[in-house]
Amino acid sequence: MKTIYTIIICFLLVNVTSAQERYLTKNGSVTFFSSAIVEDIKADNNQVLSIIDATSGKMAISILMKSFMFEKALMQEHFNENYVESDKFPKATFKGVIVGFENIKDAETKVEVKGIITIHGKSKEIVIPANIKRTEGSILVNGEFNLLVADYDIEIPGVVAKNIAKKIKVTFEFNHKPYKK
Amino acid sequence: MKKIIATIFVLLISVQLPAQDLLDILDNETPKTDNIVTATFKGTRILNGHSIENRKDKELEFIISHRFGRVNLGFDELFGLDQSNIRFALEYGLNDDLTVGLGRSSFEKTYDGFLKYSVVKQKTGANSFPFAISLFGSVAVKTLKDYDPADKRTFAESLFYVGQVLIAKKVSPSFSFQVTPTYVHRNTVQITADPHDIFAVGLGTRIKLSKRVSFNSEYYLAFDESKSINARNSLAFGVDIETGGHVFQLILSNAITMIEKSFITETTGNFFGGDIHFGFNISRTF
Repeated sequence: MKTIYTIIICFLLVNVTSAQERYLTKNGSVTFFSSAIVEDIKADNNQVLSIIDATSGKMAISILMKSFMFEKALMQEHFNENYVESDKFPKATFKGVIVGFENIKDAETKVEVKGIITIHGKSKEIVIPANIKRTEGSILVNGEFNLLVADYDIEIPGVVAKNIAKKIKVTFEFNHKPYKK
Repeated sequence: MKKIIATIFVLLISVQLPAQDLLDILDNETPKTDNIVTATFKGTRILNGHSIENRKDKELEFIISHRFGRVNLGFDELFGLDQSNIRFALEYGLNDDLTVGLGRSSFEKTYDGFLKYSVVKQKTGANSFPFAISLFGSVAVKTLKDYDPADKRTFAESLFYVGQVLIAKKVSPSFSFQVTPTYVHRNTVQITADPHDIFAVGLGTRIKLSKRVSFNSEYYLAFDESKSINARNSLAFGVDIETGGHVFQLILSNAITMIEKSFITETTGNFFGGDIHFGFNISRTF
């Protein structure tokens, strides 16, 4: 009987420690940039949620589409209404793992984050290059990559084809802090 | 035995906890904010009348509206296209909630100015609200001198006022409707039997046919209408076509004018008798 209780206590302890090993941010920033012949379109979102489980190197990101701020209000309306359909698909998410997370030391390290990105209800496997810096009280992740609009069932009609790039540059920066439930 | 089962049970629970999905944690941590419903209508007009939508903050729009003659005028008048009434206007968003506009219509050489203010927005989330409500007020000055020269009208006598409460709801991404109680005051009327004050209620709907095209309809039911003219309720059907920076609205209506005081109280065409005017609204944002 004693052994069983010891096991339970061990499990509980594991839970406690793993819970402390999570790092979260609620105000990560994601910016996308479309550079086309007619105009450049830029949108910022500074309310992105991101979490890292430091025991496994797993990472998840949740982005509210309506929180993207555009220079022109009309662009923002079109983005939500016509392209990403925020009423139907309010969030974009990423779920994956930071490859080689356990080897990351204090210095900024180049890594790959592998996982599944879901935008506009369409999921796709992706490998995102990122820089990670882990210190005592934070995990800083930043980087940039390109997305193809067509990969996510977002169609650009002929009349605005010259206004919107087919390839969108995405930059991101998340400063995770220890997460306490 | 019971103890062991209980132990296993506790064990299972405790094992499951750390296995909780990271995305679920993010869902729980997402701040519960209000979600303002946007794009109830595509343009600032449903067809003839104003929709709940405002011009955006610091955006200036030039809007050109045309209504041609009646399509039942036949080939000689090229189905009404030979006649053209135009209203052009500058409309500006002082902020996201308050729009000011100045326009000029060729029909009766009328100038109009309006203010539209968004009082409440439709919201979902923590402080949800089922409708959007805006207030609209306009003044129009008729400068066409179609009266007896002996009966010279003063500026004040040429004024018309309109007040509206716009109540709209986006029921689903593809269906919105609006109810518009309206009050029209006319400083001068044609004959003494005509009322100076006319109440009306407007009904408008938008049905999205595709991402960029919607079918709109609009009806204004007016009470206590003028006796000097055979006034009819205005009815309009049309489509909104959105192309990036513009919204094109193609319209079929029994009204020939594009300002509230006119199309609500002075429409005489019989839509189902073929007195239909083709028209369009085009806006360009700067």
